[in-house]
Order: sequence, then structure tokens, then C-alpha cells
Amino acid sequence: MKRFTEEHEWVEIDGDIATIGISAHAAKELGDITFIDMPETDVEIAQGDVLTVVESVKAASDVFSPLSGIVSEVNPALEKNPEVMNESPEHDGWICRMSRINTDELSGLMTEEEYSDFVG
Amino acid sequence: MPYIANTDDDRREMLAEIGVADIDALWQEAGVSMPQPDFAAMPEGKSEYEVIRYLAGLADKNADNLTGFLGMGFYDHYIPSVVSEITGRNEFYTAYTPYQPEASQGTLQAMYEYQSAICRLLDMDVSNASLYDGGTALFEAMMMGIRTTRRRRAVLAGTVSPIYRKMIQCYSRNLDIELVISDSSENSADTDMAALKTLLDDQTACVMVQYPNVFGSVEDWSDLIAYAKERRIITICSCYPVALSMLRSPGLLGFDIATGEGQCLGNNLSFGGPYLGFIATSTHHMRKLPGRIVGRTTDTAGETGFVLTLQTREQHIRRERATSNICTNEGLCALAAITYLSCIGKEGFVELGRLCAAKACYTRDELLRIPGVGVAGQTAFFNEFVLRLPMEAAEVVSRMIDKGFAAGFPLSRYYPERKNDLLIAVTEKRSREEIRAFAVAMEAVLTNR
Amino acid sequence: MDPTLIFDRGRAGRRGSTLPRMDVPPKHAMPTTLLRPDPADLPEVSELDVVRHYVNLSRRNLAIDTSFYPLGSCTMKYNPKSHERIAALPGFANLHPLLPQLRHGGALTQGALEVLFEFEMLLREILGFTGFTMQPLAGSHGELTGVMMIAAWHRSRDDTRNVMLIPDAAHGTNPASAAIAGFEVCELATDPDGNVDMADLDSKLNDNTAGIMLTCPNTLGLFDPNVTVICDRVHAAGGLCYGDGANLNAILGRLRPGDLGFDVMHLNLHKTFTTPHGGGGPGSGVVGVSDVLEPFLPISRVEKRQDGSYALDYGHSDSIGYIAPFYGNFGLILRAFAYTITLGRKGLLRIGENAVINANYIRTKLAAHFDIPFDRVCTHECVVSASCYNRYGVHAIDICKALLDRGYHPPTMYFPLIVPEALMIEPTETESKETLDGFIQALIDITEQIKQDPESILAAPLTCPVRRLDETAAARKPDLAAPRSR
Repeated sequence: MKRFTEEHEWVEIDGDIATIGISAHAAKELGDITFIDMPETDVEIAQGDVLTVVESVKAASDVFSPLSGIVSEVNPALEKNPEVMNESPEHDGWICRMSRINTDELSGLMTEEEYSDFVG
Repeated sequence: MPYIANTDDDRREMLAEIGVADIDALWQEAGVSMPQPDFAAMPEGKSEYEVIRYLAGLADKNADNLTGFLGMGFYDHYIPSVVSEITGRNEFYTAYTPYQPEASQGTLQAMYEYQSAICRLLDMDVSNASLYDGGTALFEAMMMGIRTTRRRRAVLAGTVSPIYRKMIQCYSRNLDIELVISDSSENSADTDMAALKTLLDDQTACVMVQYPNVFGSVEDWSDLIAYAKERRIITICSCYPVALSMLRSPGLLGFDIATGEGQCLGNNLSFGGPYLGFIATSTHHMRKLPGRIVGRTTDTAGETGFVLTLQTREQHIRRERATSNICTNEGLCALAAITYLSCIGKEGFVELGRLCAAKACYTRDELLRIPGVGVAGQTAFFNEFVLRLPMEAAEVVSRMIDKGFAAGFPLSRYYPERKNDLLIAVTEKRSREEIRAFAVAMEAVLTNR
Repeated sequence: MDPTLIFDRGRAGRRGSTLPRMDVPPKHAMPTTLLRPDPADLPEVSELDVVRHYVNLSRRNLAIDTSFYPLGSCTMKYNPKSHERIAALPGFANLHPLLPQLRHGGALTQGALEVLFEFEMLLREILGFTGFTMQPLAGSHGELTGVMMIAAWHRSRDDTRNVMLIPDAAHGTNPASAAIAGFEVCELATDPDGNVDMADLDSKLNDNTAGIMLTCPNTLGLFDPNVTVICDRVHAAGGLCYGDGANLNAILGRLRPGDLGFDVMHLNLHKTFTTPHGGGGPGSGVVGVSDVLEPFLPISRVEKRQDGSYALDYGHSDSIGYIAPFYGNFGLILRAFAYTITLGRKGLLRIGENAVINANYIRTKLAAHFDIPFDRVCTHECVVSASCYNRYGVHAIDICKALLDRGYHPPTMYFPLIVPEALMIEPTETESKETLDGFIQALIDITEQIKQDPESILAAPLTCPVRRLDETAAARKPDLAAPRSR
């Protein structure tokens, strides 16, 4: 199940683990991504908190956490090759995984169709 | 009019093109309607010759002919003639920040070389393209420590220059920072390491020390660094680059961030500025560095070129969340530094260090022969040291001026309890004869009290 | 050919300098454990190698002395050569800053103190402020000093208000400086005429307003006719008004910012008072204040005694303290002083007006070729938009690169942020009509070329030492220092 935020993050739930990234739309808007300031693992994050900052040559953009939880894993591929986030923002370019999530919070997020209408 | 090219005819034609009757109408349309002040207190203008004559007269009122033993962070080293030739090149000094890299490869490559030289001197991975001065550089390093650790306590060794201490106190005033300064004993010129360690706890963001310290003492920081690292405290060293010709570098000692004043690298004393703040760190902290940074890359034809990079740290993108409010670097002073270091060179730099160290030893030995002159608890030093005089140091310095010497800095100005302590710096410029004459004059002052 | 680094020139053992001989016993007083194991890997080159390397590097720059350099908001005016001679006088260049802190040491630096004092007197007259500090080491350092004084003023009144209002067109350093002075930043909108949106201002003024940071003229190159009203309203709300003097050249000799209601303003001596920009510094950001903030100025300050001598004064208990190691970037203050006394009263009266005529001449001549987002008389610079060429696939940056091939340094691009595809052109008063005509024609030629052959514009520059550089690669895999190879 995949959901989107108005700030252009996506979250996909698999059991009790959430995988988080930025939408293809956001990646395209940012242009060539040069650096992702990866979140620390084992840190508790609340929904709407700044999870990380994504940088392109001319912009720095906050990524807000779509859910509350604890960062359990970050994507090692992004540290060496930030361009993966441009190439595959919604698959290989995921940012982190979270555990101890609160799935009730999903109700406030958009479905894929709703998000696609939102960015229209 | 000085420096204005357009004639009255030019202006008339231009105003006609703009479509206004005269300059008053132009100001009106620009929204400026208040009357022009008459600036009655402004004097009439002067010719170039008159201005130079007037200012040369003022320059003559300044004492540039004293034999200098004054340092305390700002040193009278010889500057090879090449340095001002290069910094005086019109293409360097009348260019601005290299926003258009294709038109600024000269400045950009020079800054990349400066960064490289600073890294080699400090044994650090990355340097920025410079900051205002050593004091602002130390403050910026402290802010890096605070941002990196997300802690708010910053510890400053009491043996860091009081000039920098006062600046950091001033800048920290409005920030959520607890600035703690370690005690130093009046009977020692060395840092009280035990006292400093007791201030380091799990809530401490960073610890800032000076190498050699403000009294000139050369100290081994390895133990303190290890202690700090166990508590994940960022270790910061403000250092004197010329001393690093001989001394183990901050990088080899294990400091996380090294900063300092680069005036000694080819920049004039110039009554306090412009100077050169440097800052360098490991790759790990690279994206937290403030200020401009130049990177090497390639152009569309595959040729090597240079650009300003990592700009997302800066204000024009991050605004109030930028790593710092600093956008200017000290381009021309950094150019002086790389030109100076290139001229002095690998061997010359070591020789320079040996000269400074040997002449300082000689000066100290000569002065210690004078009855009543003693040491002040100093284990090791490079080219600057403290002597305890048999009378008030400020008075001695005042009398030495009459004999043609800037004898050093009386420490009582910043450390009232060190009434008789004199801080003496010796550079390669001081000859054996000058040093002997200095000792003779000093003995005369101290014995004819 | 790839540019060779200075580290890759020369060979082991080569020397480029001579040092005094070792005329004392070769001792040192450092423990062997703290000695450097290997010498720092500095260049090993001859003096000629150094000279040729850096002279050739310099030729890879455009500069005011080689080319018209209309970089907006940077005031790239001519730097008089006599200033370099003056700054190099040994009585100034070799003067140790600690001398006046010695007992009776003030007598050793009377000439330097006179420069600082007398320049301040001239600045007071020119700008209408009560006092100045010469200490700030750059424009943004001046901003920080100014807003720190505002913070100190509120604190002295036990007032905890902490919101700083900053227009959305402001330079990014304004919010960054406000943040370091402990303020929260609240952004103000710009109205359709390019002025501060007065309704937005009124809605944001409240008991938490500490002040406003207003660039005057603003970063669109426009003089806000409401500036005195804005200052009055901020004052009425209990705040103070900071004037960012980055664009002061526009009104130099025409207006005194102190008369407009500003409590504090920084000037960029490297812009308005023509000290060399030096490839990005050093700068000098001296700050003027009105009566209210005068007690908070940094220390030391220079005073003139009754006997006509000058002295440093540290006795100001409300001062914010020490923002610089000494008395400011003295070498630059000296050059700015030389400039000011050369101008004199009559010269001063002509600066702003010639800057404004030149900018409006460019604006008028370009109006048929570019979008003019705020179509009114500007001050010292004009902002045009290249949006109208986007349909050819050409952007502001491409036009800038095409200007390089015509021998001009481009204007500032993509600033202010509120104008899409912005080109911000500041000619300054030292440029002649012929130079402006040449630049205008070059831009018009480029627009013709865009219509006929946009691809050729995208390929520019072709005549610079390098083609367009890969900034993405530079940021993704930073190469910030030459590896140690030898």
C-alpha cells in the first residue's frame, strides 16, 4: 500500500515496516540531486518532522516524515550515488525504512490517484 | 568629476533617450522626491597628488621603524616581493566572486590551490576558500561543533587568545549556547589540562584550544583529544600556520577542525586588516563547512575547470537556515597566502620555521642573562614566549619604545594578575645584532629603574 | 590543455625564495614528539615559476580593468590606482595593530587613528548617522553587527520581542544574519509595483516585532517611495529599522539614509566606496547608527581629544563588545577614505545621479527586447527578465554565457528570486555612454541570434578558457583539494 503527502513524500507499508522516499514529481522538480543528508538510525521521528534534506545544485529541500516511527534502516546506495534518487525515486531511490509506525496516520495521506490529481 | 566618464552632453543625450527632461525629473519618477542635502560640512575635493601627499603625511606619523618583538597572533614576517606583484594583478584584484566560472578560472584555480595548500599544511581533507580572520573562523568552527552534535555547551581553553575569546563571547550572546572558559594559572604559560578536562561532559558540543597557545606554549593535545572523542565532542584547534612548518599538524594530532589566522602567510599587518581566516576539516564534516568552497570538475568538452560548489550550504539558497551568514571570503588575502607558500616552498618553509625557533631561543637566552628576568612556567615554545620581569611589563615596553623597540606585549592588559609578564615574539627578520641590541636595551631599562 | 596546478610544477629541491641566514645557534624549544614527521608538501618551484603561473592564471579572469562588469548588486565601479600606492605606504602596511594598546602606544599610531576618525566624520555627514563602527569585516558582518545592536537595544529595555521582518526580495544574508543574532525571520511580500506590500506589513507588525531589514533601494533596483512610512510604522510598533546599504551607490550624494528613518545601516566599502573586490574579498561593512543605537556600537571606538590627538576608547558599558580582532579592515578603510576626500562635496553630489542615469539608459534601451517585470524608473540597476526567450529553449544563463563570448562580464542572474529568469544589470557611474552602447548592442545581437539560431547560444561560451562546467558532478563527488601525489 503506497500513500503520498502534500509535501511530495511517498510511504509504502509492508507489514509493520514503512519505506519512505520522495515522489517522481519532486525528484524531477529538484533537478540533479547531489546529496542526501541521510537520517540517523534508531532515532524516533514524529509525523511531519524533518526527516532529511535533499540537495540539488541550486536548491536544498526538506523531506518531512509521512509517519511517526523509528528509523530502522537508511538506503546505502544514496550515500555514494545520489543520482539514484533522480533515476528511480520511487523504487531504488528510497530514503529510509521505519519501524514502530502508527498506521492510523495513513488515513490523512493521499492515494496514488489522489496524488496524481494533486500534482496534476 | 573624479572617476565619472560621461560629459554633460552624454548626460543630456541619455536623459532624452530615457524620456525625461532633466535629472530632477528622473529622480522624481524614481520615487525620490525629498530635497538633495547640501553636505555643507564636506570639504572640497582634492587632486590625486594632494591626496597622496596628505595620506603619506599621516603614514609618517605612524611608527613603522621600531624593531619588532610584538606578536600575539599577528606576526612581522618578511613578504617576498612576488606576493604584492601577484595580488596587484588587475585581473585578480578588480574581479569579484567567481559567479561566472568560465570568466573566473584564474581566481577559482588560485582558490583551489589555496585550499589544497591549507589542507597539506594542516593535514586535513577539506578547506574552504577562507573566512574573515582567525576569530571569526574559530566562531564558525564552534558553530559547526554545535550543529553537528546538537549540543549547546562549548568549552574554550583559557589559553586561547583573549582577542578571540571576546569575539566569541560577543557572537554567542544571542544564541542558545553555553560558553564555558577554562581557568588558567597565573604561574603557568601552559594549559591546565586537568581543569580543561573537567569541563568536558556528555553535553559538550566542542572544545576549542590554541596551538601554540596565546602565551606561545607548544602543547601536546593528543590526550585531551582522545578524552573528548570518547564523549563525542568535536575538537577544534586554532593554530599558527608558520609554527606548523616544524610542529605536528592538527590533522595528525587528531583534531576534527583546524582554524587560524593566515596573516602571517604573506599578508601585511596593516593595522588590523584585511586578514585571512582559514578553516579546514575532515571529509566527514565537509558539508557543514561555512563560506565559499571551490571544487574541481570538467567542462562540456571534458577539460578540467573549477567552480564554486556545495552552494546549498549558503545563504542565497538556505537563507536563515544557512550554515553561516558569511558569504564573502578574503579572496585577495588567500591569493597572497598561496603565492607566499609557493614562493617560500617546501624546503624554505622548514628553514623559515627553524630560523624563527632558533632566534626565539637565542632572544630568550640573552634576556634570561639579565638579573631578575625569569620564566613563567613554560615547557616548550616555537617563536613566542613569556618572560617574567622584575618590574611592570607595561612600563618596560613603554620605555623600550623610546629606545626604538616594540619589546612585546604586556600580558596585564588581558590578564591583570600577570603584571610583570611580557610576551615576546621573534621572526626570521630579527638579526643576531638586533637581538643583542634588544637585550642590552632591556637590561638598561630593567637596571636603571 | 588542462590547467596545471602549482603543485605539479617545478621539481624536488627547487626554491623560489631566499631567507636570512641562520646567525644564531640552530636550537629550538619543542619536544621531538611534537615535531612534524614530514615537511608540508608545498610547491617546489622557482620565483619565475610562481610569477609565470599566477600571471597566466590571472589572464583566465575577466575583471573591471579588462571588461565592462555590470554585475547587479555588486557595484563594480573603477578602483583608482592611487589607492594601492597609499595602502602600500610602510607607515600603514607595516603597522602592528597591538601598538596602540601599549602604554603611550597611541602616539605610535596617530596617523592611522586619524584616518579612522576623520573617515567616520565624513561618513556621518554623507549618510546622516550619529556614529559609526569601522570594525565589520564584510557586508554580511555589518548586517550581523547591526542586528546584534538591535537585539541589545531590546534587551536593554527588558523587551523579549524577537521577530525580524525581511522582504522576500532581500539578499539571503539578511535572514542568515538575523538568525545568528537570535531573531526569528518573518518574510514580507512585494507588491505589484516592486515595493513592500504595505497591507502585508501592517498585518505582520505586532508586539513581537523587533525590527525590519530593508534594502534601500531594494534588490529590484527600485526606490520604495514608502520607505519613510515603513520606518515610521515599524517604530510605532516598537521595532527598529535596519537599512541594508548594499545598494547605497544609487543614492550616494542624493539622500542621507539617516534622514529617512533608519536606525542602523551597513555600507559595503568594496561597493560604494570602491575598494577592490579582490576576486571575492576582503570586504568592509562599516555600520552607521542613529542616536538610539549609538551606545551599543562595538568597542573600541576612536575619539579625538581636546589637544587634537586621537585615542582608542573602550569605555562603553552598553557596547555589544568585540566583533573584530581590531579596528576593522584598515587597509580598505584607508582606500575608501582616499576616495572620499578625492570626491569632496561636488564629486559626492554626482555619484548617485550618474549611476542612476546609466542604469535607466540601459533599461530604456532594452525595454523592447526583454520583459521588464517592474516597468518604472529604476535607480542604480535594472532588472530585466529573459522569460520571453524560454520558448526558444534559451534561459538567462545562456544569455550570460553568450555575453562572455562578446567580451562582457554578465549581469547577476536569477536574483532577485521573485523575478523569473532575472538579469540584474548595474553599470555604475564610472562607465561611459559608449561602453553602455556596446553592451546594449551585444545584448540585442544575442536576442537576434536566439531567434535565428538558439542552439548556438546554448553552446556558449566558446572563447573562454573553459566551456560550461559540470556543477552537478562537482557537488556530487566533491574534489576540493589536490591529492598529494609527489
